Amino acid sequence: MSSLQSLDVVARSATTTPTPQVRTSAPALAKLIDESKCIGCKACQVACMNWNDLRDDVGTNIGVYDNPSDLTPTSWTVMKFFEVEPEAGSLEWLIRKDGCMHCEDPGCLKACPAPGAIVKYSNGIVDFISENCIGCGYCVKGCPFDVPRISQKDNKAYKCTLCSDRVGVGLEPACVKTCPTGAISFGTKDDMVAYGEKRSDELKERGFQNAGLYNPQGVGGTHVMYVLKHADRPELEDLPRDPTINPMVSLWKGVAKPLAVAAMLGAVVAGFFHYMKVGPIEEKEVDKSDEKEGV
Amino acid sequence: MKTRMLQRYRDGDRMNHWFIALMFFLAGLSGLAFFHPSLFFLSHLFGGGSWARILHPFMGLLMVLGFLGLFFKLWRDNLVNDQDREWRKHAGRMLKGDKAGMPPVGKYNYGQKMVFWAMAVSLLVLIVTGFMFWRPWFAPFFPINLLRVAVLLHSVAAVVLIAAVIMHVYAAIWVKGTVRAMTRGTVTEGWARMNHPLWHDEMTKGR
Repeated sequence: MSSLQSLDVVARSATTTPTPQVRTSAPALAKLIDESKCIGCKACQVACMNWNDLRDDVGTNIGVYDNPSDLTPTSWTVMKFFEVEPEAGSLEWLIRKDGCMHCEDPGCLKACPAPGAIVKYSNGIVDFISENCIGCGYCVKGCPFDVPRISQKDNKAYKCTLCSDRVGVGLEPACVKTCPTGAISFGTKDDMVAYGEKRSDELKERGFQNAGLYNPQGVGGTHVMYVLKHADRPELEDLPRDPTINPMVSLWKGVAKPLAVAAMLGAVVAGFFHYMKVGPIEEKEVDKSDEKEGV
Repeated sequence: MKTRMLQRYRDGDRMNHWFIALMFFLAGLSGLAFFHPSLFFLSHLFGGGSWARILHPFMGLLMVLGFLGLFFKLWRDNLVNDQDREWRKHAGRMLKGDKAGMPPVGKYNYGQKMVFWAMAVSLLVLIVTGFMFWRPWFAPFFPINLLRVAVLLHSVAAVVLIAAVIMHVYAAIWVKGTVRAMTRGTVTEGWARMNHPLWHDEMTKGR
């Protein structure tokens, strides 16, 4: 995909020069997951494995509906089920389709040391280009949502591609196409934000006062958004309240690197000029003649 | 007529030193490849990014194991004493090349001792943090937040180590007659008298 869409690559991991910037009018796209419409059927999981030709190992039942129990290198989306009591005595069953959020400011891309192993397209999709992946696991440390998974078989990182191959030819992602209740929608980011806010308002009318759109600004907004019934408490569903790229990662990948490179080069240059100015420390001539005694 | 020599390092110590040096360059160059995009080309020396990622921890581990050999031999000689504190006060004159104005030193001067400890501490940090995010074997056992701290500390320690090595190599080039201590094992008496007079006295006592 990387060669087909090279003009669409607006950000590229471990690359210090600009990526192609000519294609500016591509609209930002987004997927909107409306949890209030989700029935937990897992058709999206099936569609994902079908379209992407993925077959996860048969796992073990952990006593709840979650199956597999977490994202894996071959399960790029997973329905997560939460039995919660937002208020005492009010049991609710929340279902969230977990997967890559496709951040506008992707922490994985920022952390990745391999040039071109992670790219962001002009439409907002964040994609792993596996042939460039070196298997270091830095993307895992960069991600605020704990999404990338590294395969034990090939040491490559994997996650949801937002069906970049389908979207690239004008189709919607496989999970969107298959969702039987219309809980997953796909369109321009603007349309999805507007629709998500409309849905939130409808939910508020129905008694979910804290319904809202989950489009966290700490990562510049995301290209996968949720309509949450309890948007004031995303942690009910294991979503970070205000996700940002971890300050450790920002420091490590931000100001520290150029400073350190400058310091190391500077030490070499300083040594060179010190030698040229001060000159070497040599034995005194007297000492030398002292030593030349008869043996 | 023959220049008198003093034995400064035995053959085993010298081979140990050069093994560490070799591993430092291999681990260092492969590590720098991941440190900054402008240095990623270094990964090609090792057969590409994946190979550099695979080999780097092994070379780092060998470097640390090699360093342990020298560490246990040399750490006592590198404890900082009162003479070193006196020497530190005059360090500026040393940098100006005014060797004569420096207080007498033993086997190692204060600068050398600091390089020794900087290397020891940075290698300790490198090996501990490096194990923590060594994929695929050890990284799964540690929580992500700890690993985030580990990769940052690993980078910081690597820069400290590289800076210490740059000083170490430069000082060896700067002070003439030093390199042969590691290439031949011996130094001239004149070199010892000038740079390490107390060690010189110790070595020639009772002669």
